[in-house]
Amino acid sequence: SCPLSSRCCGPPGAAPAMNCRAEVLEVSVEGRQVEEAMLAVLHTVLLHRSTGKFHYKKEGTYSIGTVGTQDVDCDFIDFAYVRVSSEELDRALRKAVGEFKDALRGSGSDGMGQISLEFYQKKKSRWPFSDECIPWELWTIKVNVVNLANEQERQICREKVGEKLCEKIINIVEVMNRHEYLPKMPTQSEVDNVFDTSLKDVQPYLYKISYQITDSLGTSVTTTMRRLIKDTLAL
Amino acid sequence: AMDTDLSSQDRKDLDKFIKFFALKTVQVIVQARLGEKICTRSSSSPTGSDWFNLAIKDIPEVTHEAKKALAGQLPAVGRSMCVEISLKTSEGDSMELEIWCLEMNEKCDKEIKVSYTVYNRLSLLLKSLLAITRVTPAYRLSRKQGHEYVILYRIYFGEVQLSGLGEGFQTVRVGTVGTPVGTITLSCAYRINLAFMSTRQFERTPPIMGIIIDHFVDRPYPSSSPMHPCNYRAGEDNGAVYPSVEDSQEVCTTSFSTSPPSQCVFTVTKAHFQTPPPVVTDTLKVPVLGLAFSHQLSSSRLSYQPAALGVGSADMGCPVLFAGGLNAAHPHQLIGPGKEGGVPPVPSQPAHGTQADQERMCTPLDGVHYSAATPSSSEDTETVSNSSEGKCGSPHDLLETIFIRKVGAFVNKPINQVTMANLDIPFAMFAPKNVELEDNDPMVNPPESPETESPLQGSLHSEGSSGSSTGNTHDDFVMIDFKPAFSKDDILPMDLGTFYREFQNPPQLSSLSIDIGAQSMAEDLDSLPEKLAVHEKNVKEFDAFVETLQ
Repeated sequence: SCPLSSRCCGPPGAAPAMNCRAEVLEVSVEGRQVEEAMLAVLHTVLLHRSTGKFHYKKEGTYSIGTVGTQDVDCDFIDFAYVRVSSEELDRALRKAVGEFKDALRGSGSDGMGQISLEFYQKKKSRWPFSDECIPWELWTIKVNVVNLANEQERQICREKVGEKLCEKIINIVEVMNRHEYLPKMPTQSEVDNVFDTSLKDVQPYLYKISYQITDSLGTSVTTTMRRLIKDTLAL
Repeated sequence: AMDTDLSSQDRKDLDKFIKFFALKTVQVIVQARLGEKICTRSSSSPTGSDWFNLAIKDIPEVTHEAKKALAGQLPAVGRSMCVEISLKTSEGDSMELEIWCLEMNEKCDKEIKVSYTVYNRLSLLLKSLLAITRVTPAYRLSRKQGHEYVILYRIYFGEVQLSGLGEGFQTVRVGTVGTPVGTITLSCAYRINLAFMSTRQFERTPPIMGIIIDHFVDRPYPSSSPMHPCNYRAGEDNGAVYPSVEDSQEVCTTSFSTSPPSQCVFTVTKAHFQTPPPVVTDTLKVPVLGLAFSHQLSSSRLSYQPAALGVGSADMGCPVLFAGGLNAAHPHQLIGPGKEGGVPPVPSQPAHGTQADQERMCTPLDGVHYSAATPSSSEDTETVSNSSEGKCGSPHDLLETIFIRKVGAFVNKPINQVTMANLDIPFAMFAPKNVELEDNDPMVNPPESPETESPLQGSLHSEGSSGSSTGNTHDDFVMIDFKPAFSKDDILPMDLGTFYREFQNPPQLSSLSIDIGAQSMAEDLDSLPEKLAVHEKNVKEFDAFVETLQ
């Protein structure tokens, strides 16, 4: 199963279901900016899609823990963003973004790819059928890695990408503000079908992260396929 | 007509939500313009009902200002709450940068559930506000404030005034939340015409020490709604007790919240002398006078005006840098700003009221202990009596002896021979008279510097020399000991302070003396033509080298 998901019950990058809204953002960045740019976008989305931990009490009521936030300064971009104060969540995102960055740098890649953050609900099925994952929101960030020739261009890129990311944050907030479909607040027995309750300090909606790299032929190759081919050739 | 559709409990809840939402909005905006990174902890167990399930600290002064502006009212149609962010330079020029508007329009959503949906959407809106406050141009400006300009805030209630933003200002909408009594909207109008100042301009110029003290003596804007620096603890309410935010004791009556909040608002009672404005103890710790004292130190090393101690910043004329960062792992530890002339990190403080504040006033800079000498105490000369902590009362109570003497690392004598304070410290005449051989030790008592004056030497010794020999005439207010931060003497017997003191009076560098200087300059000038010829010969090599750098 995909190591990048919080809970995985289906192939990553599957086509979104009918009621799933999809948002696409595009950025052009220099190689060393990929990680920070991705983290900025993913953390901003997850800031809006995470709550405090639920504590269920009698009579079906529950109380919600408190979400802390912190500022993050980027080193390679003139940009700062706010993320949820949760080291576990940060680690999970960094791991995913790190793999994405490595894949982008890998051979056969012409520097184009996309990373997706999908929020889904689980629908329990009876045996022998496995649980269904029903996505309800899909964020796709298309990345184009550029190579720069000299220090002056890099400096300009720092500023430009910073400005672009400001625009992306505003876009994300606009989407969040539409107050469109959100899963119903679950009962205690259903909470794991809606939220990721595995973290100790915050509770994001169930999510999975996947990515695709466009190889030089222009065709999309999923990560699993790439690994298979590479492993076969290595024999 | 709207009220009849809404149960009275719902109406009460809604009003409370809107009120606290307005207060939290102001906190988020002002905190985002302090110039520091903000960090709060997540807490899985809901021991306190942080409003909207978000950890947003409350700066009491800011809450106070917001409540003053609202005057018991809530945002309604035509009555908006506005937070104006502006910039003021050290020369006194000011410019409005942003207006954040919390407005209410007439579009009602009767179907929406107050205690649940409205509350959660207000929470989401605050998260959006956190994100958006970092992407407008004023954020980057505010992160660089302190040396040439400061960022101020002003809260007003009523009609939105956007005229001060210049031409072509842009608007960004943070979000809206529909309620049964109207739709709350939160937006920001920001200036884009930063004609006479750009962030780049401030990046290039080096910081100017001391400017904060010198230039911000006057309180700006005597108008009804005064400006407040985002990083300036207002001194106008000197000694005022900010009421504990009793309303925040109100619990969210929603089904998903439990016990009262745990926010600890620190109220200051008048101490023996004027106290600085109150600070919130378990949240944002402020070394209120720290930066001021570091400036005091650098300009007049050995003089110390206790009148400045505890005086509100307005009298000192200094908006002190507000080190508003919390380490996520240690919520009681303050992260000091890492700027030039910045305050060194302050260690964990106890979270208890006046004691903590008084301690902080007495030791405003970590590691610098202010005391003065009294003639009497001379018994224990080998140990330090750090009497400043916890003993602050009137300025006169600060007068206690503190002498340390450590052997220099290069001194060729056993430690136990050294029992007494060195003669070159101030108030030497009050020290016990069993001074030994230090007088003849050149490491301890360096030879007199030659008489030649260089501007460099002048600035280093201006106050020092006068202070040390005639220190006793300065009465009570002379710094006896300089105990720099982080200097521990467990490795070497000498600490940084001692080292510093001992090498304060180095002999004049020969190259700085005029005769020798003039001589070598003449030689240099003579050899120039030769050097130029050599360089011209190698011009091709240099050009190739420069090419490789492109």
